[in-house]
Amino acid sequence: MKRLLALTTLAAGLAAPALAQEIPIATIGPMTGQYASFGAQMKAGAEMAVKDINAAGGVTVDGKKMPLKLTVGDDACDPKQAVAVATKVAGEKVKLVAGHFCSGSSIPASKVYAEEGVVQISPASTNPKLTDDRAGPNVFRVCGRDDQQGSVAGQYLATKFKDKKIAIVHDKSAYGKGLADETQKAMNAAGKKEELYEAYTAGEKDYTALVTKLKQAGIDVLYVGGYHTEAGLIVRQMRDQGMKTILVSGDALVTQEYWQITGNAGEGTLMTFSPDPRKNPAASGLVERFRAAKIEPEGYVLYTYAAIQAWKQAVEKANSLDNKKVIEQLNALEFDTVLGKFKFNGKGDPTLPPYTFYEWKGGQYAQL
Amino acid sequence: MEYFVQQLINGLTLGSIYGLIAIGYTMVYGIIGMINFAHGDVFMVGSFIGLLLFLMIGLTAATPLVVIILALIGVLIVAMALTAVWGWTIERLAYRPLRGSFRLAPLITAIGMSIVLTNLVQIAQGARVKNLPPDIKDRLAGGFTVLRGADGFDAVVSYRQLVIVGVTVTLMAFFTWLITSTSLGRAQRACEQDRTMAALTGVDVDRTISITFVIGAALAAVAGVMFLVYYGAIDFYIGFVAGIKAFTAAVLGGIGSLPGAMLGGLLIGLIEVFWAGYVGSEYKDVAAFSILALVLIFRPEGLLGRPEIEKV
Repeated sequence: MKRLLALTTLAAGLAAPALAQEIPIATIGPMTGQYASFGAQMKAGAEMAVKDINAAGGVTVDGKKMPLKLTVGDDACDPKQAVAVATKVAGEKVKLVAGHFCSGSSIPASKVYAEEGVVQISPASTNPKLTDDRAGPNVFRVCGRDDQQGSVAGQYLATKFKDKKIAIVHDKSAYGKGLADETQKAMNAAGKKEELYEAYTAGEKDYTALVTKLKQAGIDVLYVGGYHTEAGLIVRQMRDQGMKTILVSGDALVTQEYWQITGNAGEGTLMTFSPDPRKNPAASGLVERFRAAKIEPEGYVLYTYAAIQAWKQAVEKANSLDNKKVIEQLNALEFDTVLGKFKFNGKGDPTLPPYTFYEWKGGQYAQL
Repeated sequence: MEYFVQQLINGLTLGSIYGLIAIGYTMVYGIIGMINFAHGDVFMVGSFIGLLLFLMIGLTAATPLVVIILALIGVLIVAMALTAVWGWTIERLAYRPLRGSFRLAPLITAIGMSIVLTNLVQIAQGARVKNLPPDIKDRLAGGFTVLRGADGFDAVVSYRQLVIVGVTVTLMAFFTWLITSTSLGRAQRACEQDRTMAALTGVDVDRTISITFVIGAALAAVAGVMFLVYYGAIDFYIGFVAGIKAFTAAVLGGIGSLPGAMLGGLLIGLIEVFWAGYVGSEYKDVAAFSILALVLIFRPEGLLGRPEIEKV
């Protein structure tokens, strides 16, 4: 029965293009590779947004309702592949790219979109450079920035762990190093000096040597600028060597996969993330529908959804699919999305509430 | 001192895994003079088979320790057997038909085979990192202090590290005995020296070579399961890096030499760990490969290898 239903939906989907002209949009992120769980979050959010918009007939332009057609692109968080995919979708004349995930991908790709005049709204890239060195007025993000995140984390570390030994490590990526440096700056400014600052290589499995070094230095609190796989392995290897060190990190840990890697070793891990959008009253119905579809709208699912929502509102206000007019509206309008109401400031950053701290406990993360 | 001991333990564990993989490279090279580039991926396949077996058994946090140990042994044996079938099939499909061909042909099919295996697992298992269920991980955790430091720094050995080094030493001893003291080992050494002559004296060359691949794959499976149990996270790409490191280990120790492969593996592991521990995590691969380059300049045959006599 289910299959029959799926077939009819498919048939309906296939039949639709004959009726109205479709607007191509894309979401691009790491669909493969070790950050694929974030790619899956983006895909889930984008698919739900497109489904919801199309269920209501589509985007209204000039009195005509036009449905959306979603392309899912894979950059594997590799800057070179990101530029290649960006060029490809720009050639396909997509109107919106809800992506990318990794800052290291979003930044080089944004130059391609700026040249081609394609709207880019990143749901997750937090490196300040994306909007500080904005490639063009077409580049936006709906998430926070690492200097905000780092300043929240740095001040927290400096006050909460004033008498503890703190180490900072990062994975050399645009996101990881950027976040670690911002955190270090804020922490030092608040009068706390780290004992150790070191880089590690992402993609490895063995961090025992680094862990032993931390143990030797008697580190109580470890700040990691990096992604969940490495952070998870590091915290497990710390517990293996009998360390009770608290791991503190950023928004790259907001995936269930983190707990899958750490098991009980992840208990007590702290991380910064924006206030949980799932708790937003405007999102409650949507969250229910995600859960009914057996998708937990964790991490960046709702951010991707909101990126598409904001773009839709801009298109309808501009009453045109012309990129220039849409970009003008994006820079001016106030949007009503699942993340709440916000505007883009002059740089393309959203006016959303700041970062707060979360703690991992028993396989779940909860706001402190 | 405690710091040194702890880093030594880290390095020995990592080196044991490299060494187990390196044996597969070295044995195949010894017998047919070919570098089996797919071997790193056979290790990865073994690791995935191990993961699937663990998931099928379905251990929980409440499983008694005896059952866990039995399950581990069971997984190890079944994974060895299944991966051995893979090793045999690869040899039969990709290498044996080209045995009489020019020297580079099997090398190229080996690279092709490596790509096939990587992509096969990527499609079959997905591109995401696969984890041992957290419950099993927590059950396997634990260890004890070997050296108590004055300033609160204790050198700790985890049970898993102990198992890895223990299994490696046992297998190493067993295979050294196999090569030096059994008729299979004699046949292998005969094929290594002169395949035609060995065939004339009644050695079944094809069978001997097949068995070499089977043994290599089984050892790679052991390394794969150990890797899985130790780190708890694997992906379809682990074969590439581990394969390169193990190949380096085999060359460093003297390719073709069994104890050389083990020694090379341990050295690579120790160099990496000590570099990361005393200098910095950055450039540890550069350190390992620089030492390889130095060794090859002064001892081109590797640490324990015999100088190659050019056959005319």
